[in-house]
Amino acid sequence: MSITAKSFEPRQIKNSIARWCISAGGISVLFTLVLIFMYLVYVVKPIFESATVEPGVSVSLSQQQTSEQAKTLAVGVDELNEIAFYIDAQGQIGFYQLQDSDQHKAGETLLKVELLAQGEQLQHVYTTNYNHYVLLLTSGEVRIVEPQFSVVFLGDERQVHPKVNYPLGEEAIVVSEEGEQVSQLTYAFASERAIFIAQTTDKTLLKTTLIAEDDFMYDPEHAVEYQIIETPIAAHSDVMVAHMAITPDLTMAVIEYDNDVAIYDLEDEWDVPVRHKFNPLLLTPNDKITAMTLLSGSSSILFGTQSGQVLQWFEVAGEDGRQFQQIRHFKVSDTEAVSKIYPETYRKSFFTLTPSGEAGLFYTTSEANLWQGKLLNSDALPLAIAPRANALIIGQSNANANTLELINVSNEHPEVTWSALWQEVWYEGYPEPDYIWQSTSGSDDFEAKFSLMPISFGTMKAAFYAMLFAVPIAISAAIYTAYFMPPAIRKTVKPTIELMEALPTVILGFLAGLWLAPLMEAYLPAVFSLVIFLPLATFLTAYAWHKLPKNIKVIVPEAYAPLILLPFLLLTGWLAFAISPLVEQVVFGGDMRQFITNDLGIDFDQRNALVVGIAMGFAVIPTIFSMTEDAIFSVPKHLTSGSLALGATQWQTLVKVVLLTASPGIFSAVMMGLGRAVGETMIVLMATGNTPIIDWSIFQGMRTLSANIAVEMPESEVGSSHYRILFLAAFVLFIFTFVFNTLAEFVRQRLRDKYSSL
Amino acid sequence: MDKSNNTWFKSGAPWVWMSAAGVTISLISVVGLLWLIASRGLTYFWPAPIHQFDIKDELGKEYTVIGEIYDVEQIPASQLAHTAIDLTGKESVERLLVKTGNRELVSLDFRWLVEPLIVAQSEPENVAVIERRTNGNFYGFIEELYIEGKKVDVAQLPEFVERVDNLQEQISELQKSDIMSINYELERIRLNRRKDELNKELTKARNAQYDSDVAALKADYNELESELNALRAQVQRDHIVVRAMGGERVNINLEQVIEISFHNKMGVIAKFGHFLKQIGKFIGDDPREANTEGGVFPAIFGTVLMVLLMTVIVSPLGVVAAIYLHEYAGKNALTKLLRIAVINLAGVPSIVYGVFGLGFFVYMVGGSLDQIFYPESLPSPTFGSPGVMWSAITLAILTLPVVIVSTEEGLARIPSSMRHGSLALGATKAETLWRIILPLASPAIMTGIILAIARAAGEVAPLMLVGVVKMAPTLPLDGNFPFLHLERKFMHLGFHIYDVGFQSPNVEAARPLVYATALLLVTIIVALNMTAVSIRNRLREKYRALEH
Repeated sequence: MSITAKSFEPRQIKNSIARWCISAGGISVLFTLVLIFMYLVYVVKPIFESATVEPGVSVSLSQQQTSEQAKTLAVGVDELNEIAFYIDAQGQIGFYQLQDSDQHKAGETLLKVELLAQGEQLQHVYTTNYNHYVLLLTSGEVRIVEPQFSVVFLGDERQVHPKVNYPLGEEAIVVSEEGEQVSQLTYAFASERAIFIAQTTDKTLLKTTLIAEDDFMYDPEHAVEYQIIETPIAAHSDVMVAHMAITPDLTMAVIEYDNDVAIYDLEDEWDVPVRHKFNPLLLTPNDKITAMTLLSGSSSILFGTQSGQVLQWFEVAGEDGRQFQQIRHFKVSDTEAVSKIYPETYRKSFFTLTPSGEAGLFYTTSEANLWQGKLLNSDALPLAIAPRANALIIGQSNANANTLELINVSNEHPEVTWSALWQEVWYEGYPEPDYIWQSTSGSDDFEAKFSLMPISFGTMKAAFYAMLFAVPIAISAAIYTAYFMPPAIRKTVKPTIELMEALPTVILGFLAGLWLAPLMEAYLPAVFSLVIFLPLATFLTAYAWHKLPKNIKVIVPEAYAPLILLPFLLLTGWLAFAISPLVEQVVFGGDMRQFITNDLGIDFDQRNALVVGIAMGFAVIPTIFSMTEDAIFSVPKHLTSGSLALGATQWQTLVKVVLLTASPGIFSAVMMGLGRAVGETMIVLMATGNTPIIDWSIFQGMRTLSANIAVEMPESEVGSSHYRILFLAAFVLFIFTFVFNTLAEFVRQRLRDKYSSL
Repeated sequence: MDKSNNTWFKSGAPWVWMSAAGVTISLISVVGLLWLIASRGLTYFWPAPIHQFDIKDELGKEYTVIGEIYDVEQIPASQLAHTAIDLTGKESVERLLVKTGNRELVSLDFRWLVEPLIVAQSEPENVAVIERRTNGNFYGFIEELYIEGKKVDVAQLPEFVERVDNLQEQISELQKSDIMSINYELERIRLNRRKDELNKELTKARNAQYDSDVAALKADYNELESELNALRAQVQRDHIVVRAMGGERVNINLEQVIEISFHNKMGVIAKFGHFLKQIGKFIGDDPREANTEGGVFPAIFGTVLMVLLMTVIVSPLGVVAAIYLHEYAGKNALTKLLRIAVINLAGVPSIVYGVFGLGFFVYMVGGSLDQIFYPESLPSPTFGSPGVMWSAITLAILTLPVVIVSTEEGLARIPSSMRHGSLALGATKAETLWRIILPLASPAIMTGIILAIARAAGEVAPLMLVGVVKMAPTLPLDGNFPFLHLERKFMHLGFHIYDVGFQSPNVEAARPLVYATALLLVTIIVALNMTAVSIRNRLREKYRALEH
């Protein structure tokens, strides 16, 4: 056909525009589903990515002294990684701009302050996890320095001014009352107290406590208390202490002597008693401890060993009180010792270093080995973790100049690994590995417990009890409606049962939680007796009808069985409830609930799996009923006629022919029902206690994936691991139901083809 | 005889009866559920008789309790064995739950009374139920009425209650529309100023203009405020003295009083009038006392608005998709995929839509919209936080399959002879669709939309994430430009049920209100469903007639 004016007629154009628009609209449905899938994956994906550690900016320091005098002893950086600082052997602190800002160029010196008074000499600088730097002087005195960054907004401009603060006063603090020199020191600080534990050069252990007159936040004025700590092991009295640490809550000190560890109680007013002693190298006696540190939260102690391992120990409640126990270990290096361990301030991540500068990044709870690689040339360089744990700052020195180097760390979700989500994890303070879901708590250094097992289990349990209740009722009702019921009655019965599907689940949930749960608690025997009484009553009614004289049978034919049963079943129900208190009195000593808890030893929740099973069962009955009914009703009539003609009874035909033919349809109905039960939110939210426990008991509640999302999503921080794990829960639900629905649809399609060929 | 039993058993007849029992149980549960909600919901509005109980407790102390009977239950006598109550010869005891109100006098407004302790029970004629704006109901005998500090005859009371009612209405009018709109204007000026600042367009002249606008508005505000204060002083003028059940005399300012009624004096007709009036108030009033009293108007309004918005989005999309599937799509893999997509969209749990809506629409799309169009109000979000628009879009996706399936069914019922006839007469496919198919399918489309509305009206889980709140300070539709505020949060009947039933401080007191709300919601949804089903049935009949 040639191109004539006709084919460009507006009508034709309109027609093809309509075709395009409608096609686009149709495809958009598929697009929506794919979009939901992709978006969920997009949010979930980052939690399974491991960490990256990459060199970032570096600035060289402008110093005139020789390199030995200018040796950098400690480094640090501000919250936004904009300003870095160092403390050198001269006792000078210098602040440098790391990144270009509105006011300053990268590399610019912002501030230099002398930290030492006339005549003082610096022996060592100890770093802490809360930005306090302990300057140990050769005289055995110390001074605490806190670099601070004050932020000022001038209009839209943000200005950061570094300054140096002395939280315990500018005056040097005498650690040893006798004025001895100090060879080892550790320090911890709380707002009203600060404690030093020091070993002097003549191997005496000292505890020096600074007690604030008011609060160190406002006022450095304090009183000092000196104590001598007795060495716990006589044989060790001549051994130098290798590692010491104090917990931030100032309750315990951990001191390691020659591979033996002693835990001291610091809360005793008069004495410093030993609480525990243990040897962390019990399993590998030939090894040697080369590093020790407290993990964030200070419940765990990490030991680095000569053989390149990191061991995690914490206190576990056992038969003979709380004992320290090795929980897990990390292999850091095959050839080298672990010489340094740097824990993060708020999370359970830690960095390790070996003497040759090989570094590693680990997370304890998830047992994740997040990153390993060569970071430095030696382990002797000062290193610090940035306050937001998104960078490391290193003081490099080489022959020409000293530099401050920033190393970017991206380690957003170390707490999530596949094994932490689905396997038992030994959490701090727990007696044994367990599946726990506990996403939040009051404290900052809380160990988040993200096991999806309890809530996935809850989902399964709720769905299981719902199906247990719904499947028999729905399928038997469908069989009767489709196969035995006269069309006239079927026309009203079917829409009535299907009406249940339209009932909002929030109403079912509310009735289950506020009406059904207390009712069932009060009439527990009635609920269980109904399971026996209802079939029994049905059977008796049927038998009685069978025995009725013919002329009455004509008036009430068997076709009206559901209606005949109605009064009898109602009566049975009423009877069961009426005699329930009596049964309780006679059999269960007055209160079945008490009986279950006390005599059977089973915990009983008012909102339990039984309530959920019944309430959610009601929600899925119409789904299963409707589809089963359709499947049975559309079994070709000639099949049943043939069977009946060969002399089979109605029931035999049903079981041997109809149900067999319709079984794929029934299967897909059950699948759809299961999909609905798995994803149902409001009923479980309202009818259970939402406790994430793993227990099949029918008298216990549960928490499901969907209810968990509804409860926790509104308060989770966008982009946090918690937020992404909740998306993962949604994704799991999505995949679950996708599989069920697609399977059901596939089976149904096959069945439809089969019927049409019959 | 035995033989006949045996054959009866073998024929499977008992099993047929068993399956019949399945139908019976399903029917009992549907009807029972609806009946339960209806009866509990409606009794909330019916004026209950007020009882006076004279109690002599186990220690011999005598007192009076006045209130409505809330619940009656039988408990085994053994449960009370630890008390000193004389229960000789009794197997079980009746226990009454009585709502006594009077929250300022007693800490709990409910109490249990054990039947053997009740010495006498009566229904005094002149006990008044005073419905108050705060602190719940008060039950007592009205003794005195003070107008401007002077004692007057109690018979004049209705007149003064009416007066307070009018004044309260003026106050709330002033607060809700006039003062609110001034605040809204002030906020707009602040945002405009900030916008100019960000665009570096804030000239001196503009700034001065803003300043003068603000000054003018503030002047208006002061005027309104003094007016408001005057009204407040007016409304607090009168009070009554009421004798409570313990004999205490309590002053109740008429300002607090919404309605005074004498339930025990009412005849059936008066009670019915009261009943209708209570229903009216329930539907038309704002909630009070943390949602546990008063009406549900904002929740109805929010539900309706959200559902309407959703309808606007879902109808064209669903219809177009159904037309594509039925009229255009070929028999290929893509179509199969599409059908699986539709089935899955229907099967994905609603909470997953909520999660998706929150992440994608609210945080991603909404966050970007804020960056582009509303930088002046950052960091407080405009569209970047849950709101009625995102709820509507999320529910539109959720209900899309409902519309598609229903429309497609309608399309399938249209005899193909109609299409062929139209095409044979030279109409294009688009014209056939528009002129022939769509009009014929319109009842089916209608059915789909109604079912979608019913579904959306009852859905709560996703809304909890994308826009519903316990108490919205303002409706999403008001007198301030641009009138429809799509970014605002809203209240929803379904969520109201969850919130009041499970999160309110006084669940016992709120329970009747929850039943009433549930009844309202069920009525709406059942009515919508019935309409849809009847339209569909009529349509089926019509096409059956067409085919023959």
